[in-house]
Amino acid sequence: MTAAATFDARLHGAGKFEANPATRDAGWVKLVVLGLGLTYFVIFLLLPLIAVFVEAFRKGADTYFSALIEPDALSAVKLTLLAAAIAVPLNLVFGLAAAWAIAKFEFRGKNLLITLIDLPFSVSPVVAGLIYVLVFGRQGWFGPWFIDHDIKIIFAVPAIVLATIFVTFPFIARELIPLMQAQGKDEEEAAISLGASGLQTFLRVTIPNIKWALLYGVILCNARAMGEFGAVSVVSGHIRGETNTMPLYVEILYNEYQFAAAFAVASLLALLALVTLALKTYVEWRASKLVVEGQGQ
Amino acid sequence: MSASVNKRVLPGFGLSLGFTLVYLSLIVLIPLSAVFLKSSTMTWNEFWTAVTAPRVVASYRLTFGAAFLAACINAVFGLLLAWGLTRYTFPGRKLVDALIDLPFALPTAVAGIALTAIYAKNGWIGSLLDPFGIKIAFGPAGVLVALVFIGLPFVVRTVQPILEDLETEFEEAAASLGANRWTAFIRVVFPTVLPALMTGFALAFARAVGEYGSVIFIAGNIPMVSEITPLIIITKLEQFDYRGATAIAAVMLIISFIMLLIVNALQAWNARRFGRTV
Repeated sequence: MTAAATFDARLHGAGKFEANPATRDAGWVKLVVLGLGLTYFVIFLLLPLIAVFVEAFRKGADTYFSALIEPDALSAVKLTLLAAAIAVPLNLVFGLAAAWAIAKFEFRGKNLLITLIDLPFSVSPVVAGLIYVLVFGRQGWFGPWFIDHDIKIIFAVPAIVLATIFVTFPFIARELIPLMQAQGKDEEEAAISLGASGLQTFLRVTIPNIKWALLYGVILCNARAMGEFGAVSVVSGHIRGETNTMPLYVEILYNEYQFAAAFAVASLLALLALVTLALKTYVEWRASKLVVEGQGQ
Repeated sequence: MSASVNKRVLPGFGLSLGFTLVYLSLIVLIPLSAVFLKSSTMTWNEFWTAVTAPRVVASYRLTFGAAFLAACINAVFGLLLAWGLTRYTFPGRKLVDALIDLPFALPTAVAGIALTAIYAKNGWIGSLLDPFGIKIAFGPAGVLVALVFIGLPFVVRTVQPILEDLETEFEEAAASLGANRWTAFIRVVFPTVLPALMTGFALAFARAVGEYGSVIFIAGNIPMVSEITPLIIITKLEQFDYRGATAIAAVMLIISFIMLLIVNALQAWNARRFGRTV
């Protein structure tokens, strides 16, 4: 191996390509590619993010904070937190169960099952809301029964939670399934043969192996659960102070031309998105460190 | 497959698979089947009239046309951005890389009002284009802008890992055989990233077709001009036209299933080539 190649191997990522004459682009190519790529990034992604905060503070900090402590705003925050607090744990349990069944056992129809789990990702949010109206609505399958028993599903909190569960359904499962499939079942089988119970094996062997992917899935699932608009909009009925989540409340304020207030509530959701991205980047970094350490052993 | 497949050492197969199937059926399969069962109560003529009304057809044209164009824009610029992020060092690279996923994390309603604020006549970008008579917000171009935003991460994130893992040897070989950088890119790099690029394109397209939240704020929602198909479903629901809404939803669902199959096929193609999924 030449000295240049050894040096090359120590460089990571972009440096590796720029240090090598065969993969280094001319200066003007770099300028044009980065110029076009970053312009696209700025006008479609960075500016909207900045705009949220600029518009939120356009009428000053007083307007901003008073918009956030409105009772309707607080009840929207509460409902958003409630929907996420129900949807995320349920989808977490589902993700673990599905990944355990798919990764540790062989059965017929496994690929079909994996495809079906991904299905909610390709369904329009509006259709996701509509299906619960068809099932639980006044003219729906179970609607009349619930109306007779004085239980409100549609245009009430239960439908909002159901729609949220639907749109976030695959998030955790799809992070866990490929990872657990790749890890196989040798470690778990060893634990069982050494006398560990099923639960002990799961908690002490499986969970530590998948914790970063699990956290990653939970973070993304939570962001979508708190931010869902279309599906929730169909089933909510938009009753102020009762069935408005934060995204729906943003829409109401916006349509009432209360732009500063709309952007103030939106800025909370944008902050949530930024925290999500920061956590996600951290988890990716930790997970990649594990891979590097694993390769070193 | 080894012999141990049939002897299940690990516990919990029945419980985990049983729970998975029950939960999947209750949350996803049974409610989705309602769309087709409800549609089947209509006669073929009723169904056909509902899904081919002029206003609905105009919405298909806009939804699929804008989704296709947005996916094309995202494919071209996403590839450039992925190339820039993997091949070049520049200040702020890590920050740009981390922010790429913003459209996945930012609620669509927030994206919608923010894009409207920027691309409206008095907005940061809208005011630059207005003197030239170019109107973005409150028209079909606004729909395109929103769909570019929500589809932005797909191509970058599918192409990026392939570019990162690409060994420098291939391009070294191309260079030593006398190829210039452009030829090496077209003949060596591009064919390698093509399956990932197409997967990203298909994912961005599928997402854009069903998108609602970010579009309705910026579209202006003018019937026959800038009204997307998901909005027509909502309008019909608000008029208690459940059958009409369901018929259009059935059309959208069938298209979703087709897109899902295409994406699966593209991912299988990619996996066969590189032994990995994207």
